Amino acid sequence: MATAPTTTPWPRLGPRWGLFLGMAAALLGFFALSLGVGSVSIPLDAVVAILWGETDQKPSWSHIIYAIRLPRALTAVLAGAALSASGLQMQTLFRNPLADPFILGISAGASLGVALVVLGTGVTGAGLLVGLGLLGQVGVVAAAVAGAALVLGLVLFVGRRVQNTMTLLILGLMFGYLTSAVVSVLLYFSIPEQVQTYVLWTFGSFGAVAWGQLTFLAPVVLAGLVLASLLVKPLNALLLGETYARSMGLGARRARLWIIASAALLAGAVTAYCGPIGFLGVAVPHLCRALFNTSDHRVLLPASVLLGGILALTADLVARLPGSEATLPLNAVTALIGAPVVTWIILRRRTLRQAFAA
Amino acid sequence: MNAVAATILQTRDLCIGYAPKRRPRVEVAADIGVELLKGELVCLLGPNGAGKSTLMRTLAGLQKPLAGEVNLEGRDLHGLTESERARLLGLVLTERVDVGNLSAYALVALGRYPYTGWDGRLSAADEEMVRWAIDAVGARELAARSVGELSDGERQKVMIARALAQEPAVLLLDEPTAFLDLPRRVEIVQLLRRLAGDSDRAVLLSTHDLDLALRCADRLWLLPLDGPLQTGAPEDLVLSGAFQRAFADVEFDPAIGSFQLTREPEGEVGLVGEGLHALWTARALERAGFRVVEDAPTCVEIIHDNGDTAWRLHTAASQRVCTTLYELVKCLKLDAID
Repeated sequence: MATAPTTTPWPRLGPRWGLFLGMAAALLGFFALSLGVGSVSIPLDAVVAILWGETDQKPSWSHIIYAIRLPRALTAVLAGAALSASGLQMQTLFRNPLADPFILGISAGASLGVALVVLGTGVTGAGLLVGLGLLGQVGVVAAAVAGAALVLGLVLFVGRRVQNTMTLLILGLMFGYLTSAVVSVLLYFSIPEQVQTYVLWTFGSFGAVAWGQLTFLAPVVLAGLVLASLLVKPLNALLLGETYARSMGLGARRARLWIIASAALLAGAVTAYCGPIGFLGVAVPHLCRALFNTSDHRVLLPASVLLGGILALTADLVARLPGSEATLPLNAVTALIGAPVVTWIILRRRTLRQAFAA
Repeated sequence: MNAVAATILQTRDLCIGYAPKRRPRVEVAADIGVELLKGELVCLLGPNGAGKSTLMRTLAGLQKPLAGEVNLEGRDLHGLTESERARLLGLVLTERVDVGNLSAYALVALGRYPYTGWDGRLSAADEEMVRWAIDAVGARELAARSVGELSDGERQKVMIARALAQEPAVLLLDEPTAFLDLPRRVEIVQLLRRLAGDSDRAVLLSTHDLDLALRCADRLWLLPLDGPLQTGAPEDLVLSGAFQRAFADVEFDPAIGSFQLTREPEGEVGLVGEGLHALWTARALERAGFRVVEDAPTCVEIIHDNGDTAWRLHTAASQRVCTTLYELVKCLKLDAID
């Protein structure tokens, strides 16, 4: 038995507070930038002044910020945070570095729910949710959450029997195909306007959410995030796998249910309002693991929330193509700027295991 | 072991197995009545498929027994909450877990799970316990390292420290040394001996390592493929023949306390020499399939010359000198074929 020299210092467990501060500052910076940049450019000091409540600024600027850019930026932050937190939970729960709401079919489930509401009830018009009344809005969110929860529940129900992550992944894919197939059938029998509404929704956008919708989205996302933060301890225990986690006192079934509930709430609500936004959910947790060099969820969850918000704002900024009237589909942007960044980070790490350490 | 040592864990008429829905239940072993005493290291032995892991899972509270009960410090194990159970039982498994990017220290700290609040924050007392557990397994120099970088043996030590941090009355280890090399296995078992010996703890270790179990266990639980679980000191079980019966497919030699690789002898060889060299020469010859006898036409003579050792092989036709046992065995085999 090797005896350690008694002078070996005990390691400190604390997170890197500096990084957190930096990320918070970056989030604020991008938020302000997101309010200032667009087809009409508003200087930063004017943005701050308007937010501060000063009325001596241009009324048109004030309107642009309050009516359009502020809800959009808030939505981006909420969505980025929600998808990243949801992805983090899924990666740990399934012990799979590729897990995210998309891969396990949860967003496909949400899409099916939305498709059933949009295509089934015959909503048409420019904006999907704008045309819906209060009841319809609740209906879309409920449908998306129900669809997402249904698919994840199915994956887990079957997954409990197979006990194999690879099989689970394939099951998730199959559920995804299944729901896509149903959506295709619905699309096939729908009128072009309905189809266009749905397809626009699938491109993803933070712009369709106005204040009215935010009053639904924000509480749901915040509730999901609060739930997620109450689950960091079970998530940490699950790093060791379910058997060890149970041996340490985790009520596995209950914990799994809550984790799914939280992830489904987050992903489902965001998908309902902003469309199935890809990439953030799988990439952000990995970036946070690399940045903070830990798998501790007490660090990773707040980090994912912050970084998710930052990246969502960035993607939205790029998608709006500042200085031009045109916009890009959000989903194209998240992958276009995200994939190379993640590839670079992963390749820079020494081993795949280190990089993917889920 | 003193006679008044307190019982920590006790089973009564325990029947273990699986009861899947809509299918007949599978009974793995029945009528298990055993007990664990404070300060004991008990090894659970048995051939593959006898139900060692099922028994371990049942005793760990991870699986319900088909019948009977497990009593842990006077309470029914399966009536405890998860958290109560985790404060009494610590578990270490065979599998190599990939925990990602955690330091060994953070991993051991997870052992405080049943004691910490909702966010798992460690109190000063928790921190104290974590440090004690790490020191107890002698893993202090590993504490700051990432678990992913540890060797299998180091990782198991850290996993044991994590179980210790739960302050369990019973430490259950399901083949924790299966993937380790012999020195690491001996090290881990010595560590467990120590952990059982100097505390109010009991250690139950299931293992395939019969030699090690025979040498270190205070008591064996022997789970044969058929028939009930038997307990006793290792020596008792050998003398009663129970040990040999449980592992009937390999030949256990009670005279030397280890297993033999049985094969048809290829011939007889005489051996002239003594001491350690004679002992190992005999082993080499037996391994090659020759029976070592007093006198035979083929004969090996051990010659010592200025600290060097060589083996002279006398056969009916010739003589030759080999400088290694490897060479000697090769020559003998060639002769046997001729």
